[in-house]
Amino acid sequence: MRIVFKTDYMQDIRPWKDSFQLTMYLILLVIVAAAPWLLDDFYLGELTNVLIWAIAGLGLMILTGHTGQVSLGHAAFLAFGCYANVILIEAGVPFLIAFPLAGILTGIAGVTVAIPALRLHGIYLAIFTMALSILMDDVIVLAEPITGGVAGKYLGGVEIFGHLVDRWATPDQFFWLVLIVAIFVTLGYINLLRAPLGRSFIAVRDSEVSAQAMGVDVAKTKTLSFALSCAVTGWAGALMGLYAGAFNNETFSVIISIQLLMMIVIGGLGSIHGAFLGAIVIGFLPQFLSISKEYVAAAFGGNTVAIPGLEFGIFGAILICFILFEPMGMYGRWLKIRTWFELFPFYRKDMFKRQKSYLKTERLR
Amino acid sequence: MSMLEFENVTLKFGGLTAVNDLSFEVQEGEVFAIVGPNGAGKSTVFNLISRFYDPYAGSIRFDGHDLLQVKPSGVAEYGVARTFQNIELFEHATVLQNLLVGRHRHRKTNLVSEILFTPSARRQELENREKVEEIIDFLDLQAFRDKMISGLPYGVRKVVEVARALATDPKLLLLDEPASGLSVEETTDMRWWIDDIRRQMGITVLMVEHDMGLVSGVSDRVLAMADGAKLALGTPAEVQSHPAVVEAYLGKAS
Repeated sequence: MRIVFKTDYMQDIRPWKDSFQLTMYLILLVIVAAAPWLLDDFYLGELTNVLIWAIAGLGLMILTGHTGQVSLGHAAFLAFGCYANVILIEAGVPFLIAFPLAGILTGIAGVTVAIPALRLHGIYLAIFTMALSILMDDVIVLAEPITGGVAGKYLGGVEIFGHLVDRWATPDQFFWLVLIVAIFVTLGYINLLRAPLGRSFIAVRDSEVSAQAMGVDVAKTKTLSFALSCAVTGWAGALMGLYAGAFNNETFSVIISIQLLMMIVIGGLGSIHGAFLGAIVIGFLPQFLSISKEYVAAAFGGNTVAIPGLEFGIFGAILICFILFEPMGMYGRWLKIRTWFELFPFYRKDMFKRQKSYLKTERLR
Repeated sequence: MSMLEFENVTLKFGGLTAVNDLSFEVQEGEVFAIVGPNGAGKSTVFNLISRFYDPYAGSIRFDGHDLLQVKPSGVAEYGVARTFQNIELFEHATVLQNLLVGRHRHRKTNLVSEILFTPSARRQELENREKVEEIIDFLDLQAFRDKMISGLPYGVRKVVEVARALATDPKLLLLDEPASGLSVEETTDMRWWIDDIRRQMGITVLMVEHDMGLVSGVSDRVLAMADGAKLALGTPAEVQSHPAVVEAYLGKAS
């Protein structure tokens, strides 16, 4: 059992609890950064994919996990960021400018969406954003001169200071690019959560009435949350475009939106860890299934014919299990396990009993 | 000097007149209580001050500002803080985080400096924390500092709500039934706290309360309401013996 004695306010303001925790995270970071030497190209690609999904998850987490606004339309912002990035690069803008700009443009797009969305709560907001995601598909097809329509677009590698960064030619370079973006986004997110703005997001999520009474401008806060969420999602989209190489209107379908939301629910709403844990499930589940399918086939003499919809079926089952048994997601489960060890043998079964799931909508309205 | 002025305020919900031509003034430095039977419009008065409703007619002024000109979030900027009848805390946040949200109106940093967590943001956090700790000490909440609200008992939540309101550093504190659901001892504590809030912190208190013991114990003046209108206004003793108040509570003597 580890007890942290607090003697200074900075101990609560610093992102890490104590030097032990900081060391653990630094070790994790070093191991992940060394992945190109530890993994072959296939698994490195998968890990890159997980990190990109984690960035997208962080984007949605700001809006859904911390501000309590459900969005089923974040694939639209992934698409926006992806196309913005590619179109800027095609226009001759260097990647190091095009990439940040793509996120900022997506953030601005998010604000224009937020303004009508401010009046909507709960299920209505979910429907509104889902419509947005479906709409984006058509917009990409209709705006063929800019987006390439159904034929889509292709983007090879990008150049950063003369280095070619490409998913296929230089997977290690691409991995580090994604890792750096993930680190910056995570650090920004941590800072946000320990500052007044992040707390006002939580305030709006938990009780709009009393947030207002505390001087938090609810409309402005929600708009800012949309902006930040969409900007981060836009960056993830730009990276997804680079990862996929070729993409068209179907790459960012409404299914991706739903998958993204399921991901953060499984990971654990309202925590940065949740985005990463959910991304690991989303990213590795298809591989895990195909590997285990081969194993099952070998063991029982069946064939390895692909079963359509298997991945989504299992994914759905996992989601249902989480909502029923662990509404706080994988991160919530981890907290319980950790508390069990920390308090051993004094952990009681009902310790977390009163904590209910997030996504409360509104009162007084 | 009057701090809060209600002038001929009327509020209607469809055919129901919730507040009917109500006028009163709260003086700086006093504890002012509003009493009345259920449905008298007491909480509606609070919600009018918080700008959740727009009055049908009349004016509400605070400290020389016309409150009807500001957004709901602007009321706190002027220095009005409140608690709610059915506790409205941020359930999935710790007590400390809840109180820090109370400091929101003193925020000087912006989006960029917070995401980068610049030294100015750090300094602001430390200042906020110091203020919040004073209030934690004042209301004896040390033991609950890092606890989630969702795990706290009712009585503690009630105190946390007062603490969060105090964290905004208000000039006027609105307490909506601060003693409802509290035990006798907790009510006594609340009584001394309200007294201290007024005397030590110099904050004017406007409260809605049913517990007449608490009302007559701490308030300087009492407004009795029934059916959205003023029945009587005066010292606790005057109001309690006022014939119209007795009639509203007990009915007419036959």
